[in-house]
Amino acid sequence: MSVAHIMSAGMCGMRTAGDLVAWMQLKRGMKINDAKKYVAGKLGISMMDLSNEDVMARVREKLDIGTVCAEPDGAKGIVAKSRIARILGIEINSVNKFNAKLNAPFK
Amino acid sequence: MTDQILVRIGDGERISMSAKEVKEDILAGTQDAADRGQIPELTSEELDTLFEIFADPNRTVSVVPGNEVITTDDGASGIMCVDRPDGGTGLPMGYFNAVLAYERVCCADTAGIGHYDYSCKPVKSIINYEKQRVYAYNQALTIPVIYGTQPNLGLYYQPDGPFPNAAELIPQGKIEEAKKAQEDAAQALTEDLVFIAKELNEVGCDGFNFDTAGSAGDADLYATLKAIEKIKEIAPDMGIEIGMASEFVLGMHGSIEYNGKRLAGMYPHEQVKVCEEAGADIFGCAVNVNASESTPWNLARAVTFVKATTAVANIPVHPNVGMGVCGVPMVEMPPIDSVTRAAKSLVEIGKADGL
Repeated sequence: MSVAHIMSAGMCGMRTAGDLVAWMQLKRGMKINDAKKYVAGKLGISMMDLSNEDVMARVREKLDIGTVCAEPDGAKGIVAKSRIARILGIEINSVNKFNAKLNAPFK
Repeated sequence: MTDQILVRIGDGERISMSAKEVKEDILAGTQDAADRGQIPELTSEELDTLFEIFADPNRTVSVVPGNEVITTDDGASGIMCVDRPDGGTGLPMGYFNAVLAYERVCCADTAGIGHYDYSCKPVKSIINYEKQRVYAYNQALTIPVIYGTQPNLGLYYQPDGPFPNAAELIPQGKIEEAKKAQEDAAQALTEDLVFIAKELNEVGCDGFNFDTAGSAGDADLYATLKAIEKIKEIAPDMGIEIGMASEFVLGMHGSIEYNGKRLAGMYPHEQVKVCEEAGADIFGCAVNVNASESTPWNLARAVTFVKATTAVANIPVHPNVGMGVCGVPMVEMPPIDSVTRAAKSLVEIGKADGL
């Protein structure tokens, strides 16, 4: 049933810009059009292309922010999220936790 | 050309109705919602659009390009590895692989995870295991991971919990005792919810979903709202979603107020405002399904409530669209024709920001 909802009305996550728009709803409480406008502005593409696989596959690959078709050396998971946080200009808890560990001084 | 349109009953049974009957049910559904919620009915143009969605002869329907929205869920990826009582498929795979498949194969926008039991109370005693899971999942997933749990005040009453059982006291006429028990239990629930969120925040939890809030009535919702307030102070970078248990807040207590507003009897367009005040980032409304009425009746009703809610909301609204909610039939395997019609209607007429 979840998949039916995703295919009928969802942005489709990493296939497009779904996760990026989701971050803006979760982090800033943005309504859908505001969130899409914000992300489209950051990516330099039209709002319509946010859910266009043809455009977003190339954008994601170029920015190295994770794609569903696996690249052996492509960013995924926390690395991709770290790059997304920088692009969107937001604080992501899990990324901050990761960076704090990565950059912590040796005792 | 036949005048008959294939639709469903709220229990999932397929029936055929004439165009006139579908239109009559759509009108009756919106009128029922408007009457109960004291909200506007759908306009004639919206009624026509909803009819066209039902009259579409294709098995599935979808939003037009550009109208896509965000999906959040209550641990839907778990369906791959849990079993029948949760609508699961029981595949011999772990939760971790299921969540990854949900991200990269199902292509969800966010991934909800949670403890198998899903209620807040059992999570407290195994919080370290849940912290490990949240940390590990966050390393591997690119999409936002949202930890979900049901407040479930019912577990705080005897015999499951320490407080006198309000549902037993009320029939005995012990109203004041029942109110006191609910207030005490609510305080304990708030403390547990804050404890869990605070612990998960320590490992970088990105989102917390209070799912099925208000299931035990107004005290349950009150406890959740108070928890959200405190969590927003402790963990301002953790996004918070709240999903409701039903369209109407049950007045098990009856007098509980949040910031001067009585919670009992609130409908979705009122619920969203108190959730905003508490600090929620996403609101999930739940509109009940009548299993004896048709999907045109049920969906018209749901869309009417959702439209009234999105009209006043300052935060994104994600209607709950699981089994038996917001126009989706109350059945173990909701038919895909009804599921996609609910999705399209709630987004394009109800103006939902997500599902």
